[in-house]
Amino acid sequence: MGEVIVITSGKGGVGKTTTTANIGTALALEGKRTVLIDADIGLRNLDVVMGLENRIVYDLVDVVEGVCRMKQALIRDKRFNCLYLLPAAQTRDKNAVTPAQMQKLCEDLRDQFDFILIDCPAGIEQGFKNAIAGADKAVVVTMPEVSAVRDADRIIGLLASNELTNPQLIINRLRMDMVKRGDMMNIDDTIDILGVDLLGVVPDDEEIIVSSNRGEPVVTGNSSSAGQAYRNIAKRLLGEKIPLLNMDTEETFIDRLRNLFTVKNKKRTWKG
Amino acid sequence: MLDFFRFFSKEDNKSKDIAKERLQLVLIHDRANVSPRFLDMVKGDIAKVISNYMEIDEKGFDIRLSRVGQEEDKYTSALIANIPIKRVKNMGKNNG
Repeated sequence: MGEVIVITSGKGGVGKTTTTANIGTALALEGKRTVLIDADIGLRNLDVVMGLENRIVYDLVDVVEGVCRMKQALIRDKRFNCLYLLPAAQTRDKNAVTPAQMQKLCEDLRDQFDFILIDCPAGIEQGFKNAIAGADKAVVVTMPEVSAVRDADRIIGLLASNELTNPQLIINRLRMDMVKRGDMMNIDDTIDILGVDLLGVVPDDEEIIVSSNRGEPVVTGNSSSAGQAYRNIAKRLLGEKIPLLNMDTEETFIDRLRNLFTVKNKKRTWKG
Repeated sequence: MLDFFRFFSKEDNKSKDIAKERLQLVLIHDRANVSPRFLDMVKGDIAKVISNYMEIDEKGFDIRLSRVGQEEDKYTSALIANIPIKRVKNMGKNNG
């Protein structure tokens, strides 16, 4: 039975789609049968980030409405052994699907896949409710910046009231130079504020743009630090204990040693 | 030049500390507002405890989260409760 994971953030532009594409690809590289669902109906993008935009025939709404079978809508990514994309509809809106339909869609995919990753749209309205409806667990993506952290907190609260109580956090686009100067909240600050488990930290990396220009997820190359961070995150999702990337920040040697051996495990004190 | 001044400035002038402090404050309010039941739950529990000692006017019981100025531009969040008392119970035994 596969696991359904929704990748969400509240705020737009923090890297949900990039994160979904890269974690999914990394899981496929680990030999896991993986399907990526683009739940951002009307604003689909996972297809271009993955470089699969020219192969779309049917989409998620077609499957839900019974226009085609699931098998016809799933696009196989030929570069990998078992990676599929279920694209969003581009000409419909978020009300074309209901939470119950999304739930059924996820259930139908469980038998064929180990991981079902859902790329959630920004916002907290219908699209968000649809995207989280069928999920077993949630990954919240944020950036160490006030508006992204505030929205992440709101999302964590909303997830909790929808029985997704222990979301895991990805801190995306961390700039080590700014953290060093004290001009960007560091990993500890961010976890301290949000009070959730940390799944991983992705450094800000130009390669992300380069890879999406080409439609090749950054995890497929070996040179970039963001790619390495996403591969580590995928391994942690598989239950491996992988230390955080050593990112030369202001932390002391002792802090680094501590980070090497423990993934932060602070619990949110109030769930609403 | 900016860095030169920062070198001599106090630790807490770092913009990330300002960000953290502001966020922590704003999230107190955000979290309390996400669930409309939150303040009702707090109110109910406070009423229960106070009622052990005095009779209160439930209708006039008002509770809210507020921002309170401390010094200069420093603010903190406070839970402000206004609880009209009807009668204090006679707890004579405990006075001895």
